[in-house]
Amino acid sequence: MTKLADQMKRGLDAPICLTWELTYACNLDCVHCLSSSGRRDPRELSTDEAIAVIDELRRMQVFYVNIGGGEPMLRRDFFPIIDHATTSGVGVKFSTNGTYIDTDAARRLAAMDYLDVQISIDGADAATNDLVRGQGSWDTARRAMDALAAADFGEFKISVVVTRENVTQLDDLLAIADSYGAQLRITRLRPAGRGADTWHQLHPTDAQQRDLYHWLLERGDRVLTGDSFFHLNALGDPLPGLNLCGAGRVVCLIDPVGDVYACPFVIHDEFKAGNVRDPGGFASVWNSSDLFAELREPGSAGACASCGAYDACQGGCMAAKFFTGLPLDGPDPECVSGHGAAALAAATTAPRPDQDHSRARARAAAAAVPVTLGRR
Amino acid sequence: MTVHTATLGALRLHPNVAVRPEPFGALAYHYDTRRLVFLRHPQLVDVVHALHEHADLDTTMDALGVAETLRGPFQRAVANLAEACIVITRDSEEDRS
Amino acid sequence: MAPHENSITDGSVDDAPDTGAEQTIEDELELIEEISIDGMCGVY
Repeated sequence: MTKLADQMKRGLDAPICLTWELTYACNLDCVHCLSSSGRRDPRELSTDEAIAVIDELRRMQVFYVNIGGGEPMLRRDFFPIIDHATTSGVGVKFSTNGTYIDTDAARRLAAMDYLDVQISIDGADAATNDLVRGQGSWDTARRAMDALAAADFGEFKISVVVTRENVTQLDDLLAIADSYGAQLRITRLRPAGRGADTWHQLHPTDAQQRDLYHWLLERGDRVLTGDSFFHLNALGDPLPGLNLCGAGRVVCLIDPVGDVYACPFVIHDEFKAGNVRDPGGFASVWNSSDLFAELREPGSAGACASCGAYDACQGGCMAAKFFTGLPLDGPDPECVSGHGAAALAAATTAPRPDQDHSRARARAAAAAVPVTLGRR
Repeated sequence: MTVHTATLGALRLHPNVAVRPEPFGALAYHYDTRRLVFLRHPQLVDVVHALHEHADLDTTMDALGVAETLRGPFQRAVANLAEACIVITRDSEEDRS
Repeated sequence: MAPHENSITDGSVDDAPDTGAEQTIEDELELIEEISIDGMCGVY
């Protein structure tokens, strides 16, 4: 752990970048959706409120915002919002399922500066992808990629959540990205949102995690990870990235109704710091909330104190521990030394996500996961 | 490839780079390349901001009274910044655009 | 280096007893650290 990382853990005066979910509305029902999206929340920030958030981020010198949802392009003011950001000095990456990137939208996006587009898929073929994201979602995503390529957008990102089912397809996924001149991004599945119901069936096995780590070590310069696999650093040389939990320290989440959470994977009252509609706005929440002050205190290794790997893995992911019912000052459920497995066996209950914007169809799909992913 | 600052001559901060002060020095973000760099010494930050007012890096460090022991580390740092296009040569294509 | 060898005798500044300030400069020789904007955990 470098001294710089120590300083990062104590928090900064402003986030370096952050995630902003624009809406809980979504046209898909992915079984692992971290925000349990589907139905729009009627209390969504208005256009004026969204513009005010951007202006605040600009004043705080936040360099870059990761926009998502739900499906952010479902907001009617989507283009005005991202346009205001990119012309105001706040770089934008938005994450989308691609449904609304037709020829016209692709051209419009290609004409914008300081804008990155990230298309979500979860498999290297329709069969694998659609099991998680729904029938037709693969074709939709590929059409969006084709549209971006045809419009000469340049290098876009393809983002994949690593599951037991797609971890054997990493080379194929990289080939797909290469074929578009796009950049592959793979991230960790957290048991958040609808993921709480499907994590046990979907998360990679111990052996798959080791393969994943070695695969990433070889390709660290080409493949992005959002620093989401730092728990694997206990296996050897560290992967590229800050290698620490950024929640409340260098990043956070603003949700569609203006609630500020430590990160997108802990949408739960336990990790809510405030609301941008409160007096003082986002800046006040970032600088003065009790939750963030607590997260910025030096943490204790707790049950991990005697483990030689703690310096490398930092005890793993807060969200992964919280939603599997594990204590936050103990091992990650996917601890590569096996300490998490023992802890999971002892865990009695796990907190439920306390927000659910899912449509009925999504709840049914998540419940059916053990059946639909039963193939071996 | 190491860029040797002695050969760079007149320098300046790239116009599309934002520098945000921090307790340890500063964060610099290049909006075009999306590269994010930590500048880990407050006086280095002063040097980077003052480059455009002086003939070259050495003259800048003279003007700001940079200690001898820091000259080598600062030269290496500015070379790294030039490689990342955070710092550019004045009267270059980047400078004129 | 043999255990009984006097580390000060070669005359190099680096082998002089460390003061706090020198130690800081040695530690912070890497004054530039680059991290990918995607290298922070907790974002999409």
